[in-house]
Amino acid sequence: MVCDLCKDGEAVIQLTEIEGSGVRQLHLCEKCAAERGVETTITAAKPQINNFLQTIHEQMQGTKGEPVQCSFCQATLADFRATGRLGCAHCYEAFEASLRDLLRRVHGNSRHIGRRYVAPLPSELPHVSSATELRDRLKRAIEAEQFELAADIRDKLRGIE
Amino acid sequence: MLDLSLLPDGGASWLDASGEHADIVISTRIRLARNLEGYAFTPRARDGERLRILTQVREAFGSLRSIEDGVLVRVDELPPEDRLLLHERHLVSKELAGLNEQPVRTGAAVYLSRGVGIMVNEEDHLRLQALHSGFHVADAFGVLERLDAELGNRVPYAFHNEFGYLTACPTNVGTGLRASVLIHLPGLVLTKEIGKVLAGLQQVGLTYRGMYGEGSEVVGNFFQISNQTTLGRSEGELLDYLVRVVRHVIEREEEARRVLLRDAGYIIEDKLWRAYGTLRYARSLSFDEAMNYLSGVRLAVGLKLISGLSVYTLNKLLIFSQLAHLGNTEGRVLTESEANVARARYVRETLAVEAE
Repeated sequence: MVCDLCKDGEAVIQLTEIEGSGVRQLHLCEKCAAERGVETTITAAKPQINNFLQTIHEQMQGTKGEPVQCSFCQATLADFRATGRLGCAHCYEAFEASLRDLLRRVHGNSRHIGRRYVAPLPSELPHVSSATELRDRLKRAIEAEQFELAADIRDKLRGIE
Repeated sequence: MLDLSLLPDGGASWLDASGEHADIVISTRIRLARNLEGYAFTPRARDGERLRILTQVREAFGSLRSIEDGVLVRVDELPPEDRLLLHERHLVSKELAGLNEQPVRTGAAVYLSRGVGIMVNEEDHLRLQALHSGFHVADAFGVLERLDAELGNRVPYAFHNEFGYLTACPTNVGTGLRASVLIHLPGLVLTKEIGKVLAGLQQVGLTYRGMYGEGSEVVGNFFQISNQTTLGRSEGELLDYLVRVVRHVIEREEEARRVLLRDAGYIIEDKLWRAYGTLRYARSLSFDEAMNYLSGVRLAVGLKLISGLSVYTLNKLLIFSQLAHLGNTEGRVLTESEANVARARYVRETLAVEAE
């Protein structure tokens, strides 16, 4: 079908116009549709991350007295600027002053007022199997031909080692 | 091939159209981002570290009472078509499934149960999520809160007095909470009011995306509305605010539908029945095409122009007509043109059953 307006392009949009009590239908090509201000596609909002990365670049020049590197994961402010991701939880302390400003710009606030949390003490945490114990269990599982169990234990062991 | 029917709820309870405003709001999803103390965040962690994290949380999962009969799926050991299947079912993010530019990470896994899941080694070590049918923010958060409290007693979360729950990306820090509502807004699109509504959302601190999260295109008039900030407001405030705004969007959508029926009744009716006709008889349908016609039929059901077709069936059609789902049913990986034919057949047969 050709466009009702320019009679040239292929009609891709069916436009229903309501004027007073009358209704008319138009078949439009993409160009004529665009000229009449009809959105031919709705695109998702630009990923927030682009704005966010730009904010980081503007904001995070490093504040005096801050270490250049996080002592736990060795990530630097330059790493953060490049990826938009912090290396570990300790980065929040290492780059605290710079981050506080950034958070204010991103969230309009830098203070958490939601739920509080206190991590359990190591002694309160459930027992995590030791490597020796797992190796014994792996051996027993293989001997008993319980291969699924053995694969599970092997994964755990790989995790620990 | 992965058999999702083996999951506690078949991984599909969120499709059952049981919630409030189920014809307009497909689903409500809330997630909490959490990280463990003592490790680098996932993107910086080494393979061994991520496997250690998996081991540590796996032991904790076994003793959780708020999740029953959970199943752990090692996403990193799945072939691409099965990872896509989990993503299409909204059970894992694109990032966890390794469908972004980055390949799937060693140690990527998901623990799944009825309406809740925990992604392990996503951008954050843990992403706890609840997925409910319809507009069910309070219920979804209730489940998640219990799970979070219980898990936080089993593994130590990284928490900072001033900044709250610490996350790899500072856009998630504080509550780590992102609530999103998957909503169908054809009335606002047809009356061209949608631009104003979407711009309004951004002014009040909310954001919107396509059906599949960040960067995804809007297809079939389905939008995901979610909170943009996570810090400086409590969990309750963030959720209340989202609920209030989404209620308002639902009212605007209902109003737009009334205007359409009043001012363009027969044209709308004709358009929607044509969409239904195409779905009933087409022999090949691309995904976008199917989504757009399904959007029309969903509107027709909402306007009560078509009866005898349940919202549950419409939800199922949206999900099961995707590439990996069609392949999973056929038992093999399909090319695009094979999928188009399989999609048309699946839609035709499903609608024929309801029409009888």
